Amino acid sequence: MTGTPTLATAVAKPPPRLRLARFRDLALVPAILVLVLVGALIDPVFLTRDNLVNVLQQQTELSLLVLAESVILIAGKFDLSLESTIGLAPALALGLVIPTASHGLGTDWPTALAIPICLLTGAAIGAFNGLLILRFRLSAFIVTLGMLIVLRGLQIGLTGGQNLFDIPPSVLYLGNATWLGLPASIWICAVLFVAGILALGFLRAGRAVYAIGGNVDAARAAGIRTDRVVWLVLIIGSLLAALAGLLMTGRFGSVASAQGQGMIFTVFAAAVIGGVSLDGGKGTLFGALCGVLVIGLINNILTLGGVSAQWIQAIYGGIILAALVLARLTSGKAQD
Amino acid sequence: MTAVAAEHITKRYGATTALDDAGVSLISGETHALVGRNGAGKSTLVSILTGLQRADSGRVTFDGEPAPPLADRDGWRQRVACVYQKSTIIPTLTVGENLFLNRQQTRGTLIDWRGLRRRAGELLDHYGVAIDPATVAGDLTVEQSQLVEIARALSFGAKFIILDEPTARLDAAAIGRLFERMRDLRAAGVTFLFISHHLQEVYEVCQRVTVFRDARHVLTAGVDELPHDDLVRAMTGDAPATTAAARSFSADGPVVLDVRGLTLSDRFADVDLEVRAGEMVGLIGSGSSGKNALAQTIAGLRETDAGTVTVAGVVPKPGSVPAALAAGLGYLPQDRHREGLVPLLSVAENATMTISDRLGPAGIALPGRRRAAAVAMIDEYDIRTSGPDQPVNGLSGGNAQKVVLARALASDPKALVLVSPTAGVDVRSKQSLLTAIARAAAGGAGVLIVSDELDDVRDCDRVLVMFHGRVVHQAGKGWDDATLIGAVEGVREERGGE
Repeated sequence: MTGTPTLATAVAKPPPRLRLARFRDLALVPAILVLVLVGALIDPVFLTRDNLVNVLQQQTELSLLVLAESVILIAGKFDLSLESTIGLAPALALGLVIPTASHGLGTDWPTALAIPICLLTGAAIGAFNGLLILRFRLSAFIVTLGMLIVLRGLQIGLTGGQNLFDIPPSVLYLGNATWLGLPASIWICAVLFVAGILALGFLRAGRAVYAIGGNVDAARAAGIRTDRVVWLVLIIGSLLAALAGLLMTGRFGSVASAQGQGMIFTVFAAAVIGGVSLDGGKGTLFGALCGVLVIGLINNILTLGGVSAQWIQAIYGGIILAALVLARLTSGKAQD
Repeated sequence: MTAVAAEHITKRYGATTALDDAGVSLISGETHALVGRNGAGKSTLVSILTGLQRADSGRVTFDGEPAPPLADRDGWRQRVACVYQKSTIIPTLTVGENLFLNRQQTRGTLIDWRGLRRRAGELLDHYGVAIDPATVAGDLTVEQSQLVEIARALSFGAKFIILDEPTARLDAAAIGRLFERMRDLRAAGVTFLFISHHLQEVYEVCQRVTVFRDARHVLTAGVDELPHDDLVRAMTGDAPATTAAARSFSADGPVVLDVRGLTLSDRFADVDLEVRAGEMVGLIGSGSSGKNALAQTIAGLRETDAGTVTVAGVVPKPGSVPAALAAGLGYLPQDRHREGLVPLLSVAENATMTISDRLGPAGIALPGRRRAAAVAMIDEYDIRTSGPDQPVNGLSGGNAQKVVLARALASDPKALVLVSPTAGVDVRSKQSLLTAIARAAAGGAGVLIVSDELDDVRDCDRVLVMFHGRVVHQAGKGWDDATLIGAVEGVREERGGE
């Protein structure tokens, strides 16, 4: 090797770009500040501690789904069925442990099993999605769309379309406990997001997720076991959805037969507003978390602003679309 | 001493044989060229030599030892590195991370990003590549990302590197720098397998050359004992004689296709050409010559940067296919599967797609008329089909191509642009396709055949050669193969043109 830079390719040293790239993660922070300001102007209640904690707690389940979906999207896949997993996993777990009088399945297993069964159900759903997508080479979009319907149908079939009550104390505890002055669910989300950010940023397996989403052939050529990583990502994603289902069940004290229905649009919107690419390989969990906060604040402001209940959905959807357009314009690139 | 050997390799994909008892053997420290026309089996050999595919039979050895099992990626990477035609750089990650993908330096279990950047900087410095490792790989130029790939390949400790058409996407200055680098590495004991379509480059950097043709090994020889005429002959084989259709055109007929100063950045520059009514003009060149982009631009699939296209006296709106069609241009796209046919629709619907306005009033396409038009085409072009209702994906390659050609000719175009009209069809279909084209020319259409097959342009009145985006050579009737292929491969300068 000569060791001499014989090939003085003219590379403009790119410090400006680098700095930009580092700040892209923070792109939504001004938007969040503006929303906080707007909220404070609309209603003084907005800035109270109770309201803000409330906003955060309401978004915990959504944020876990966004965390799951973001990792799956970065790996270049899709999972629409998360919104049904969030309902079916706790419904099945509770059905197995609660008495028939509370619409249980009659098995009356020990209530301590509720949480493990719920998480196992989630993992099994992810593994099955992975089987169809990776082994049978089916499109992730259509597989998980099918699973969305199947899982929702299973839940309705198992529960007879009834809401499940008589929640075991362990689940209630998750949804209602307060640790160090904040609801437990907020702590759980915070810890999982920090863990996710560290894992994607500092673990080989985490970087492999980006590599697979960016160029799966190149990742394979680099010796990454691409199918195994994607499978793991899908399982973790469904596991997180099941956990979100537990938190939601604990918070409401029941499992509605429509628990989670219609959430997936918001999940995708939050991820995309947060800069996660639908083509894979791009985006950060911090950005996705900011996306969740933006959506949560919009929701809260609309409620506090006294928007009539019949119109709130249309306005909410419209604002999300506007936010997507803005995110597209400010990133300066075509939406991936 | 033999560094790498692939012996008696056979590989089949379904009915096609990609490699038939072929092989190559490299002496340690040499730069060995592998050449052959498209479809000769070069790419298949590369994927077998890099352990991405298993040969049906035959064996691969490195330094006399059998190759590791396919699952042992690290084993392969320590023996052979490859810079593929298709980039294996991940555009969304930084250069540093691309260099150490899946083997990032860790402290404990966490990745040590600062250490990784430092090591990436050292690696790039070591090979004299002046790129900041923090750059996002998607922002690199083609040359830079290729250098990153080479540096990464070498960092595994492989002493054998395959370069699969590394010069195809580089400009002349970058090619020169690449060759300089290859010579330095060769002096350090690295063995290269160099694949290129440009024979001049083979003479420039290689010591020996192996020729493949039609999935078979033809010869291996030192470049200094193989004059380039012989090399060309080994690549092309004996060209089968084709019968020229009786046809003449008047040299003062109207110009039906007039291209002036056409330029598309990075593809071709300042191209002039004219085709008169009844004339057949061939345009040949290698894959990177820009000939296909030129054809697409004439057809309106791409918008030009400068210059004009005139079809039968009309200048259609640039970048608009309907405008070009309305002006009287017929276009046969390069890839009949992607741009040419709708696979699930019937032969009749595919064949009449360009003339649906003549099949009935007010936008209605009457099934009866469609059928009649299709039956006439099936007869005229000798399309072997069970009937006009058969979906085109059930046709053989040659017959499918006839459907595309029939469609291009159905609107009685004044000027015809045909890209690789006989690609992937058998010899008999080739002949009937070319006859149909000659018949169209005899009927008064001006024909431009864009191809990399000499046989396609054998009937042409003139043949133009494109090289690196410019028309570099023009030959009248009676050209000889060697001169033309020499021009295609960029060695014309040594022999002088006509």
